[in-house]
Amino acid sequence: MSELTYVGGRAPRIDGLDKVSGAAEFVDDIDFGPDLLHAEIVESPHPHARILGIDTAAAEALPGVVKVATGADFPFTFGVYMKDRYVFAQDRVRFVGEQVAAVVARTPQIAKRAAKLVEVTYEELPPILDPDAAIVADAELLHPDLADYPRVPWFFPHEHTNIAHWRKTRRGDAEVGFAEADVVLEDTYEVPRYAHCAIEPHVVVGKYDLAGRLTMWTSSQSPYTQRNVFAETLAPLGLTHQNIRVITPYVGGGFGGKAGVTMEILGAALATAVQGHPVKLRWTREQEFYNTYQRQGVRARLKIGAKRDGTITALEHTMHWDAGAYVEYGANVVNAAGLSATGPYRIDNVTIDSLCIYTNLPPGGPYRGFGYSEFHFGLESHITRLAHALGMDPVEFRRRNAISGGDTLPYGATMNASGLQEAIDRTAAAIDWGVTETSPDPNKRIGKGFALFWKAPAMPPNASSASFLKFNEDGSINITVSGMELGQGYLTVMAQIAAEVLAVPPHKIRVETPDTDRNPYEWQTVASHVTWSCGNAVHAAAVEAREKIFDTVHDAHGYEEGTLYLENEAVKCETDPDFELALADFVIDGIPMEDGTYRGGPIVGSGKFMPEFTSALSDPETSQGGHPNVHYTTGAAGIVLEIDIETGRMHVQKVALAVDVGRAINPTLIEGQITGGMLQGLATVLYEDMRFDEHGRLLNPNFTDYKIPTSLDTPDEMIPIIVEVAQPDGPFGARGVGEHTMIPAAPMVANAVEAALGLRITSMPITAEKVVLATIRART
Amino acid sequence: MKHEITLTVNGETLPVDVSPNDVLLDTLRTQVGVKSPKIGCERGDCGSCTVLLDGANVRSCLILAIEVDGHHITTVEGLSNDGLSALQEELIAASSFQCGFCAPGIVLVAAELLEHDPEPTRDQVREAISGNLCRCTGYDPIVDAVLALAEREGSDS
Repeated sequence: MSELTYVGGRAPRIDGLDKVSGAAEFVDDIDFGPDLLHAEIVESPHPHARILGIDTAAAEALPGVVKVATGADFPFTFGVYMKDRYVFAQDRVRFVGEQVAAVVARTPQIAKRAAKLVEVTYEELPPILDPDAAIVADAELLHPDLADYPRVPWFFPHEHTNIAHWRKTRRGDAEVGFAEADVVLEDTYEVPRYAHCAIEPHVVVGKYDLAGRLTMWTSSQSPYTQRNVFAETLAPLGLTHQNIRVITPYVGGGFGGKAGVTMEILGAALATAVQGHPVKLRWTREQEFYNTYQRQGVRARLKIGAKRDGTITALEHTMHWDAGAYVEYGANVVNAAGLSATGPYRIDNVTIDSLCIYTNLPPGGPYRGFGYSEFHFGLESHITRLAHALGMDPVEFRRRNAISGGDTLPYGATMNASGLQEAIDRTAAAIDWGVTETSPDPNKRIGKGFALFWKAPAMPPNASSASFLKFNEDGSINITVSGMELGQGYLTVMAQIAAEVLAVPPHKIRVETPDTDRNPYEWQTVASHVTWSCGNAVHAAAVEAREKIFDTVHDAHGYEEGTLYLENEAVKCETDPDFELALADFVIDGIPMEDGTYRGGPIVGSGKFMPEFTSALSDPETSQGGHPNVHYTTGAAGIVLEIDIETGRMHVQKVALAVDVGRAINPTLIEGQITGGMLQGLATVLYEDMRFDEHGRLLNPNFTDYKIPTSLDTPDEMIPIIVEVAQPDGPFGARGVGEHTMIPAAPMVANAVEAALGLRITSMPITAEKVVLATIRART
Repeated sequence: MKHEITLTVNGETLPVDVSPNDVLLDTLRTQVGVKSPKIGCERGDCGSCTVLLDGANVRSCLILAIEVDGHHITTVEGLSNDGLSALQEELIAASSFQCGFCAPGIVLVAAELLEHDPEPTRDQVREAISGNLCRCTGYDPIVDAVLALAEREGSDS
């Protein structure tokens, strides 16, 4: 590869102007005219109840009400990985806030009033609010039909239990490994539920027109997956893929919360009930908290053994996930954790059990980190504790056991190339690891914490991407793809990849947000995979366009194609230094010949990518045999944390995070992922958690009581470190980075608290209150 | 019962018919057609509905339209009318925002700050935008851009 022009550069975001000028249009900003109808949902007030009857008469009688729908109108299940979720509750409700009915009316006010007039009669059932209570022998089954739900082949539900999926990974012999160990440490770690808190709430507009076409405008990470779920779910109504169109303009933050399908199914179903009218459903901030995916809670029992020389000999990791009422997406989070809960370590003897357990809390689902943020809290806390038990430096202990390219993964496949050692070294240097710092204030202690992280995209083996590319008359380019610009800078990165191949600067390349009628396929914008996967598709499209350019020039001028190259928006020739033909001169109009004819025609390209080397098939008892993950992104993070011992208040003086991105296509955007992801991760440990009462009701569904960080809550110093050990099958060597940056935050803080105070806290979050109470307990 | 009020929105004075309980945010979005103030929480927590009321930032979700009869409202569209402001240019060049949903509010608050104090300290910038939640950026890239602009403009003067 010769020197790169645009890849690796800090091109400004190509969507910057839209966002800073007010031009950026989000779903709720689109005008639909006076015919727009508004929907309001009738929600279950109970965590678990049988529905005895629904009386809609009073609601229907209210002037301005167009339609009242219930489960009887849509007796359908849906889901991405397992169809266990209902469009509207059928015979029973399974969480507080579940949709039981909906009113569609002329105004939002009328819809709201009418929804209150829908009378639902319930027979309350005892709720199961803790995963361990759900798996006792005589626990009531929340999904008696579990075994019958259609699902992907890599899920293993346990019939007649509340275990929707049980991922088992076995390698070597853990008992032998523990017998070899000089030190074995065992403990349990608790991680509560969390909310994504994208600032834009979910919103959907559906229009089922008089010709039978369903158009959906959604704030989504997954337009094509949504179209597929809408088509599968509403097939009984005669809908097909061809007649469903999903349009996703800019989305105001996702973080996994807008992956798959949640409330959008309601917009689609209700649209079919009011044919001819567009209907809008917008979640309130409260609904955003309790009726979209939540990050699942987990109770993790962890046992690790090591020899005196610092070699880890065995790991046993048992995770009981509080997956909530429906697990159609969340079960794959559990699956991902179950394959990779060794963390980025070379361990010969491994036993992992990851159990997806139904409870009567809101449905769990994807959240930035996809299970890895959750299990790294216990794992990376435990690694530091084990180092201490061995009398070793925690960073040195990590260095000794860190996984490298070529090592065997827990399920038997081979680890990809990785710059983990470099990440460890550079992070340790950035926070002056090993140097003890003291505060001039006698009431304050300073501790340093360290953590490693890894994560692979969790995807079906055939998750794929496609791209169309076309030139315009002036030599500029339009690219259509169906990955979503969530804020990560995806549009800009796709432009840079095409720019590099076609020698056209990124600001002359427009990349469109998805419209499934026009843009080609993309599985979803999740799993930190689009730079890699869709980047490969865009690269392929650009290469195809380049070949057509060279064909055209060859046809017109006779130059051998191997001698042609692109530079500065022009075609040049190695054997004829005088030849230079600007792209704008021919990419649409062709090249004029002496006889008045033309050669060429509009230059377009298409590209696709599917990771054809992956397979989810493996032995269900051991997970050995398959190749479920495409690659892991690895890294390290460290923190310098100051703690007030009187108040427990913590102040982050410095954070460093190093991540091996393979190739930084745009370092500014990667630094953005590091700075933003790290603050989101720090929030899960320092501030946030979801609190439910004994009736399964969320107590803090708003930003007053669920505090996310403000600009006053940022670390004093944030040091992003980019490591580049190329991913051979990635575009220019790139691999994903979006989710990873929040994963190490929680254990790194726990480790710093221990370093500062000598106290080990094993449950998240680690708030000032919890720290000060632990301090008081330790004194008495 | 509708009442006619007069609003001056981004320099244009116009009559608007409102009900006494109409919220300014909804009036701007659905009646005036200005879409940059966003609906994020409808209870004053998130700041994505921020507008400038006679030059001072307010949460338009907490204000009744009828209360601001005769007043001036500025949204980010107003800042962009005659070409972008230097602040907007700087935020673009630095790629400060990510999803951009909070951007209209934060741009207005930062513009108001620079109007009153062209050379703010880092803490002043952080304090100024602390009422506007952003879940993507970690705030630093926004604060850095505001400070970089202030420093450059300060050294120019």
